Amino acid sequence: MNRVLRKIASTLLAAAGALLLVSVFLDLVPGDPVDAILGEQAMEADREALRKALHLDRSVWVRTAYFVRDALGLDLRSSVPPFQDRVFDRIAQAFPRTALLALTSLAFALTIALPLGVAAALRPRTVVDMLASAFAVLGAALPRIWIGPLFILAFAIHLDWLPVSGFESARSLVLPTATLGLALAAFLARMIRASLLDTLGEDFVRTARAKGLHPTRVLFLHAFPSALLPVLTVVGLQLGALLGGAVVTEKVFDYPGMGSLLLQAIDRRDYNMVRACVLAFTFSYLLVNLLTDLAYQAVDPRTRERN
Amino acid sequence: MSAELPLPLTEETEIQPRRRPLVEGLGPRIGLAIVAVLVLVAILAPWLSPHDPRAVALDRELLPPSAAHPLGTAENGVDVLSHVLWGARISLSVGVLATLISAVVGTLLGAWAGMVGGLVDEALMRVVDVLLAFPGILLAIFITAVLGPSLANVILALCATGWTGYARLARAMVLSLREREFVLAARAMGATEARILFRHLLPNLLGPVVVQATFGIPGAMLAEASLSFLGLGVPPGTPSWGALVDQGTQYLLVAPHVAMAPGLAIALSVLGFNLLGDGLRDRLDPRAASPRAR
Repeated sequence: MNRVLRKIASTLLAAAGALLLVSVFLDLVPGDPVDAILGEQAMEADREALRKALHLDRSVWVRTAYFVRDALGLDLRSSVPPFQDRVFDRIAQAFPRTALLALTSLAFALTIALPLGVAAALRPRTVVDMLASAFAVLGAALPRIWIGPLFILAFAIHLDWLPVSGFESARSLVLPTATLGLALAAFLARMIRASLLDTLGEDFVRTARAKGLHPTRVLFLHAFPSALLPVLTVVGLQLGALLGGAVVTEKVFDYPGMGSLLLQAIDRRDYNMVRACVLAFTFSYLLVNLLTDLAYQAVDPRTRERN
Repeated sequence: MSAELPLPLTEETEIQPRRRPLVEGLGPRIGLAIVAVLVLVAILAPWLSPHDPRAVALDRELLPPSAAHPLGTAENGVDVLSHVLWGARISLSVGVLATLISAVVGTLLGAWAGMVGGLVDEALMRVVDVLLAFPGILLAIFITAVLGPSLANVILALCATGWTGYARLARAMVLSLREREFVLAARAMGATEARILFRHLLPNLLGPVVVQATFGIPGAMLAEASLSFLGLGVPPGTPSWGALVDQGTQYLLVAPHVAMAPGLAIALSVLGFNLLGDGLRDRLDPRAASPRAR
């Protein structure tokens, strides 16, 4: 129990730190933030309104407190004219789409990595293993900004099977999912292979085999649970790369999720929206990591409290 | 001393350790070759490029590959081959500089925290926690979005999270090394903490740090390409691979060649460093997993 509480506390601390960093960071921009956001030719009324919206007439700490209050109270407003857009509404609309993309990518990655990693581990140093290794090495090297356009060229333009971009039907999800999930698939295939190979050499697996158990039973009931535990933690951490990669992927496919919202806000210099998007990404990442960690403790007998 | 040994070791009987090359095996050798070519291209870009990578020729926009332009032209008639060759400079210098700064700062901070422990250690680890709370390149996106596109800002943004990995690595290793006999012996002989850190601990960290940095360089190169692709990396007009891919995706229908060459350049460079890193890890990192697993 102690460990669980400690983990929750450190997550909250990291979240608070991230919130503070994101709030204060705008003050690092050299010059007047009003000029930076609205440009020097902006109307005086807009400049005044922005000054009020960002609380620039107050000290850094009061300003930060206001931002934190508005952000946590979900009442943050856009920082470009007409200063009325409720940031939370836009995020509530975009967030589920990015979450959906992240989940399909994770499912895609596991669907490829599990059979590949297991096959490679069961037949080390064979053709299957070499193919799996080649996939792992290549998949990690291919940048999303390149395979995205490649997929579009091949499957949307030449073969005309799938839409080029947008978010109309389930078919629109296929190419972004493959683009976002490929690197993770490569990483997980390598990880699953290594972990399963290690486990298959353990004494308890040899014992199970020696008892005369069926090889399938040994693999699925004895080796698998132990081999997949380390993979579970990695999946949680890799979600960070997945969320970061979503920004790039959404731009390639013009997918209207959090990444597109963030890039749009950067383009319009809507810093309140930018900060809110970054925080939404960060908090969801922290939450997933916390949940993975707790799940890990729930299933791993070694981390359970003895009492 | 030697009299107590069952077999006194003389110079004749001493076993000479076979000198193994730093890079062995097919994969790492291919990686080394790719990296070598990349470095050469980056250095020789001005002499290898057939055209000025910024030269504008509006009558030659988005042309397919030809004798004058082996990889075709991009927006404003810019020669794609020259842009890609010069892009190696940007990519490699951002990758190497960001990694070097991150590695030096992170290793020193982490080793220091591991040595002194207590409040310093606690504070540093909390800072690391906060920086690692931002998923992937998101903090770099945020920093460059606020500070504006420039090479220095890209490097700063990549270092802002980059150093944390080295800090964790160095701290963990110092924690495990600092009670070992050779450190205790040095301390018993009156060595100062600084001397212990620089003469006894840091040399032991070098291998794992070099291995991690070999993977850090392609990571930073990918991040620079992504940031430039998003319009947040290098200033407009700078020959960056990511920026050229960004341009190319807008003309996929009419000029698919524009996005292909720089994309391939990124993929090859990352592949090269990753293969080299795999080889170095097997040789230099004592913590590398059992030979069974690899």
